[in-house]
Amino acid sequence: MKYIDEFHDGAAAGALSAKIAAAAGRIGRPVRLMEVCGTHTVAVHRHGLRDLFPPGLKLVSGPGCPVCVTPADYVDSAIKAASLPGVTVVTFGDMVRVPGSRSTLVDARASGADVRVVYSPTDALEAAAGEPAREVVFLGVGFETTVPSVAGTMVEARRRGVKNFSVLGAFKQIPNTMRALISDPALAIDGFLCPAHVAAIIGSAAYSFIPAEFKRPCVVAGFEPLDILYGVLGLVTQLAEGRAEVENQYSRVVKTGGNALARRVVHEVLEPADAVWRGIGTIPVSGFRIREGWRDQDAARRFDLSVPALVENPGCRCGEVLRGSLDPPGCSLFGKGCTPERPVGPCMVSSEGSCAANYKYSRQE
Amino acid sequence: MCLAVPMRVVGDPEGSRATVEAEGVVRVVDVSLVEGVVPGDYLIVHAGFAIEKLDVADAEERIELFREMARLDAENPGTEKGG
Amino acid sequence: MRHIRFPTSDLRPPASERRVLLGHGSGGKLSADLVEELIVPRFSNPALDALGDSAVVAIPEGGGRLAITTDSYVVDPIFFPGGDIGDLAVNGTVNDLAMAGADPLYLTLGMVIEEGLLFSDLERVLDSVKRSADSAGVKVVAGDTKVVPRGKADKLFLNTSGVGLVPAGFVSARENIGPGDAVILSGTIGDHGVAVMSKRAGLGFATEVRSDTAALHRMAAALRRLGGALRFMRDPTRGGLAATLCEACRGRPCGVEIGETVIPIDPGVRAACDLLGLDPLHVANEGKMVAFVAPERADEALAAMRGFVEGNDAAVIGRAVETRPGMVVLLTRAGGKRIVDLPAGEILPRIC
Ligand code: SF4
Repeated sequence: MKYIDEFHDGAAAGALSAKIAAAAGRIGRPVRLMEVCGTHTVAVHRHGLRDLFPPGLKLVSGPGCPVCVTPADYVDSAIKAASLPGVTVVTFGDMVRVPGSRSTLVDARASGADVRVVYSPTDALEAAAGEPAREVVFLGVGFETTVPSVAGTMVEARRRGVKNFSVLGAFKQIPNTMRALISDPALAIDGFLCPAHVAAIIGSAAYSFIPAEFKRPCVVAGFEPLDILYGVLGLVTQLAEGRAEVENQYSRVVKTGGNALARRVVHEVLEPADAVWRGIGTIPVSGFRIREGWRDQDAARRFDLSVPALVENPGCRCGEVLRGSLDPPGCSLFGKGCTPERPVGPCMVSSEGSCAANYKYSRQE
Repeated sequence: MCLAVPMRVVGDPEGSRATVEAEGVVRVVDVSLVEGVVPGDYLIVHAGFAIEKLDVADAEERIELFREMARLDAENPGTEKGG
Repeated sequence: MRHIRFPTSDLRPPASERRVLLGHGSGGKLSADLVEELIVPRFSNPALDALGDSAVVAIPEGGGRLAITTDSYVVDPIFFPGGDIGDLAVNGTVNDLAMAGADPLYLTLGMVIEEGLLFSDLERVLDSVKRSADSAGVKVVAGDTKVVPRGKADKLFLNTSGVGLVPAGFVSARENIGPGDAVILSGTIGDHGVAVMSKRAGLGFATEVRSDTAALHRMAAALRRLGGALRFMRDPTRGGLAATLCEACRGRPCGVEIGETVIPIDPGVRAACDLLGLDPLHVANEGKMVAFVAPERADEALAAMRGFVEGNDAAVIGRAVETRPGMVVLLTRAGGKRIVDLPAGEILPRIC
């Protein structure tokens, strides 16, 4: 693919690897960096990039993906929706294997619920428009990158007068979550590879509190191997030179101010709210809820989707994994009671969850 | 968390919809979140929505930088190592 | 009194709208009609035409061992770019025989039809079965038809069993694989899976990629001439190349190392996988094979494969290694390494 393949070149990767080693050597102590975004996590594993880092450099995975951090009772509500007569639940593929308190949407489908996987929320709207007799509930899961797409689809549904389309929201916001992570004294992270497609919406400037308040360098980097290596090089260079700034290395996509038009669409439909992060708990102003004026499209108000309060598996240490203070193999359930086929915690759920990615790709020598 | 790929706009957008293409893969995407989309633009497509335009000049510049790095490394292998 | 004229034709719907009825699977008149009308004329051969309870066939002279296999085919949609469920049902079973080292001889064809399937669709599939069987040189000698009420099946399920003959002395087994053996792949990966996904509701993308469905027995027979230097053959279908390689070395004293830059892949397949967040190593193929070959005969094997249309893009993609026994390791384009694993469950598009 044009503008992807060019960023995979092995020779340039080798050159970057050497530069990273040189800069890391100048720091003179081991370095721990965190990639906050799950898409970075997967790319790092998938392209074997850890092999290109010097021994003293560790890249740990943060609270990666909106699926991993979606609480189990949200899944329970989605399953409840799918079990209502005449209701079709439409979702991104990532969500269907996420365990609720007892089962997954895959299980619900097996017992007769109408659960469909789409690539885009617009596909869910088309399903609703095409089957006016059914109620279509779209699972609105996502970070800032995805939220505008869902909000835009809600606007479109209203414009077209599609009455049988609604959204069950579990929207998340990154900046305050990063603030919560960084404020944790157990966290020993020297610098951050920031979520780049989130930044396309909120702007690279949205991360400026990290160097300003916490004196940690940040780099907004793309997702191809050379982008990630160049991003890591940026971080170790800042550390070697004693700097802490937000560096936007993904300027071919990300602007300092982000995408204001997309944020306007979000603002029209949603308002900032506290959100529950699976394995972490409630973080203030780390999500969105559907505005009062859009309650007709709010599945949570349109249907009774209340479910019993959830019980978390006490053995699951996702909270620590997400904070970067525990490596997945340090969990006693890892690879034993908890595998990608039968995930216990959120980090094993999505293929880019820290535990799943670690289980799948890491060297098991 | 957020897979998005660059795809080229083919043909004029119609309202909020535009057809994009990459390597023969064609999809209609929503362009209502991006201003001034014209044929030939590369859009960053996520979940069926364009979330930004790709700045082609910026991309080419970066590709050239990486090429240069690879070339220098091939000429002077290992000069950066062990610093 | 006005003379009222009734239409002279019968009340059957026009041919283009004719549908399969429950009665077509009842064992009565309609069933017999269906066999007489659709099956016998297409597949006519002495064993089939007898319409006995079993097909009685001769085993060719010259000895050898029988290979017997069965597989069921369910695919949504039943027609996709590059083929349909009929092609899959023939080629898939022929390939299962071929990978065991057999020359395929006979197939059976079982159909489970959802009530209401258009006759024209059924005929189109049967034509594909016929065409694929003819081109593979196998005979359909027995069959069965069941019709289930609407909603109890999805349009059409096929089952084919196959019988083939394995020449005396030939063994393809993963136990034969040893360190240093070359891993040869017959062509591009992921074409079938991407072609099918492009037609699935909810994904909404179009592509020029076509299914690679093809019979591989001629290529496999050519490779058999390598004798013991051909260690093991397998066709990577569901689960993709990853699943086949993982199974080949699971629990064995050696592993497999493959190179991302040398695995043939169509740019359209890679683009579709990038768009949907899929790993092309996990995406299904229906006309590809992997051969493990003694290193000193690898060039010969490669040339033999490239002599067939379905092997034009064949490439050595890696080798069996002693390091990391039982595991498949990919050397990435960027110069790193990673473990290749089986896909976890159904292959689903991701956006996150
Ligand atoms: S291995 Fe499983 S149980 Fe342990 S922290 Fe990860 S997701 Fe939770």
